Amino acid sequence: MKQSQQSNDPLASPPGMISVTVDGRTVLVPRTMPDWQGRQVPTTMLQACELAGVTVPHYCYHPKLPVAGNCRMCLVEYGVPALGPDRKPVRQPDGSLVIKKSPRPAIACATPVSPGMEIYTSTPTVKLMRQSVLEFLLINHPLDCPICDQAGECKLQEYSVEYGRASSRFAETKVHKNKQIDLGPRIMLDQERCILCSRCIRFTRDVVGDDALGIINRGSYSAIAAYPGTTFDNNYTLNTADICPVGALTSKDFRFQMRVWFLKETMSLCASCGTGCNIVIGSRENCIYRFTPRQNDAVNSCWMCDYGRLNYRWIERTDRLTRPGGSKLTSPDWEDAINGIAAALKKAVPGHIAIVASARLTNEELYLVRRLAQFLGAPTDCVPRSGPADNLLLCADRNPNTKGAQLLGIAASPPGVNLPVFARLIRNGTIRSLLVFGEDVTRHGITADDLARLDFLAASDIHTNGTTAVSHYFLPGCAHVEKRGSFTNVHGRIQRFEKAVDPPGLARPELHWLRELVCRVTGQSMGGTVESVFEAMRAEVPAFRNIAWADLGDHGVATHG
Amino acid sequence: MSWALPKEVEEKVDSLVGRYPQPRSAVVMVLHALQEHFGCISPEAIEWTARKLGLRPINVLELVTFYPMFRREPFGRFHLRICRTLSCALAGSHQLHRHICERLGLNPEKPGPQTSADGLFTVEFVECLASCGTAPVIMCNETQHEQMTIEQVDKLLDECRCKCRTERQGGLAAEHGFEP
Ligand code: SF4
Ligand code: SF4
Ligand code: FES
Ligand code: FES
Repeated sequence: MKQSQQSNDPLASPPGMISVTVDGRTVLVPRTMPDWQGRQVPTTMLQACELAGVTVPHYCYHPKLPVAGNCRMCLVEYGVPALGPDRKPVRQPDGSLVIKKSPRPAIACATPVSPGMEIYTSTPTVKLMRQSVLEFLLINHPLDCPICDQAGECKLQEYSVEYGRASSRFAETKVHKNKQIDLGPRIMLDQERCILCSRCIRFTRDVVGDDALGIINRGSYSAIAAYPGTTFDNNYTLNTADICPVGALTSKDFRFQMRVWFLKETMSLCASCGTGCNIVIGSRENCIYRFTPRQNDAVNSCWMCDYGRLNYRWIERTDRLTRPGGSKLTSPDWEDAINGIAAALKKAVPGHIAIVASARLTNEELYLVRRLAQFLGAPTDCVPRSGPADNLLLCADRNPNTKGAQLLGIAASPPGVNLPVFARLIRNGTIRSLLVFGEDVTRHGITADDLARLDFLAASDIHTNGTTAVSHYFLPGCAHVEKRGSFTNVHGRIQRFEKAVDPPGLARPELHWLRELVCRVTGQSMGGTVESVFEAMRAEVPAFRNIAWADLGDHGVATHG
Repeated sequence: MSWALPKEVEEKVDSLVGRYPQPRSAVVMVLHALQEHFGCISPEAIEWTARKLGLRPINVLELVTFYPMFRREPFGRFHLRICRTLSCALAGSHQLHRHICERLGLNPEKPGPQTSADGLFTVEFVECLASCGTAPVIMCNETQHEQMTIEQVDKLLDECRCKCRTERQGGLAAEHGFEP
């Protein structure tokens, strides 16, 4: 009896842990937890409540931003063990602690927990405080949800429904501020909807290092602004539209395009650079409306860059390849195309054939290319792409899977050094056949004249290009949003993505037809799903050893590369 | 451009900055010094201050728009401060404010200081002027006027106009506070 009481004593927690009680439920929480920068700091009430499975409503708090404590939405009541004159905790006759309830509430986002603390999040007082905070926030709010893009994912709406009053008691005239302020090239500001939580200010100042926004004026006239004559224009501005808890900051690209509740959400990756930011694709009826970042602390935290976020419109371009074709293909038939290519490849002589495969293809696809290359004795390479990097996420390597292409032995070292060699060997007649998957080699040193010398040229891509235009066979491929697979980012992390929309026309994921081609040419058999190709890949390629498809989960794992 | 800071003002700013452990801590004092010299705080002054203290202009603008004592427009020759705190409000200061605004063609509903079209008067509400016993109270430049009535306000405005005319005619420098 005594023993069990001792072990349940909130003041005798294991080292590094603190026992707190949230709404009557006692939980052990770590003494410290990572702050927005990942440094260990004392665990807050809000974090402890979260660990206890209790949500504390909040506006200004964001796990990846410095704590500001200005919105007061997270107010809770609490008590701590009462101390006697001897500074020792006072106990009930049964040994349990006497808790002294604090006369004042505290903001859960900025108050550390202490041993034995009791947190009350659903008392009448807490409910009243939440109601009052919401009432104040709505005093000057324009209540224009029907025309607001945030509707459906707005914390002001959600909390008003959950914790607010049914009707307003405010009979006075509302303060009017400016709407449709062009804050920067990608962000629109509606000052009337802003609740002044300062998340946007902290994000651009503390995360991006561009202290571009501030709160001007005072009292009910306070408003978010950039300095007159300047624009809010860094490569991360659209993240402020994500973290703005209301509809004050909206994306010019997305505003008025689609109601958020109609969007289908697909777990995916950004394919615009080697960082591989985790994203959610919002689509409806086979049309993509937006990319938003998905939290992955090992890669992109909660952010993504504007460049990657907006780089999706090309998917709907009208010059997409939608059917197999080429000078040797009489009808746009997949079977004929694969048969034709396979027949030509069977005749190709090792040493006289080369392969260029894009570092935008998935690991699984590049593995199939590797199988083909090994069987044909063909040297391979990919096309490097680079652009300026920044110090947050954007990486100079603008291919999403250079690392995968390296681990699979497709990319030369450094990537691209083989391309001029291929060009020379085509010109001197050594290379007689060329396979190009997902690139336009005419823009990378192998000219259309070079290509015209070949006995055999097969190419694939998403759009028509200079190479597909002169090939004997061309095959329509898919954008990554139209297929499943995995990429390995520049840091060697392998991450998977799912299919959001269907490819146009007869286009098929590269994995499908590459597998058919491999089976046809080599006579080997292999499963046709991404999973089965992945299985074969990890059995063969050391960097992927011991990694199962299921291990990739939603956040990926490090390869052994 | 044409905006330039005289050497002695910059020296004053430098000595102010030197008083603080971090340059940015001096920002309010620097702004006061600039306002004292120029009469108001222009965008150029904001940008200069930001450069001087290693801040971004928006940081300075936040302060300038927060504190009512900083002005962004030049004020009129006569600055009328009407107390609107409890005693004065009860004693009719809102009516006085409305009356003054209407006489000067200003909008009594508009928050913040307003200057008449002729540039002569700037009118604003302020909080308690510490003379509650003699409410309602109005300050005209540095002079306090107590227990004001509509008639006295009219008289004050007329006197200001008259004083200004004399100044112009006599070519007197309009540097000092008006003493009725
Ligand atoms: S614009 Fe949005 S994020 Fe910025 S302070 Fe206002 S409510 Fe917060
Ligand atoms: S940093 Fe790279 S991966 Fe991330 S969003 Fe930008 S382009 Fe995409
Ligand atoms: S979330 Fe705690 S004060 Fe805003
Ligand atoms: S209330 Fe007007 S002087 Fe105090």
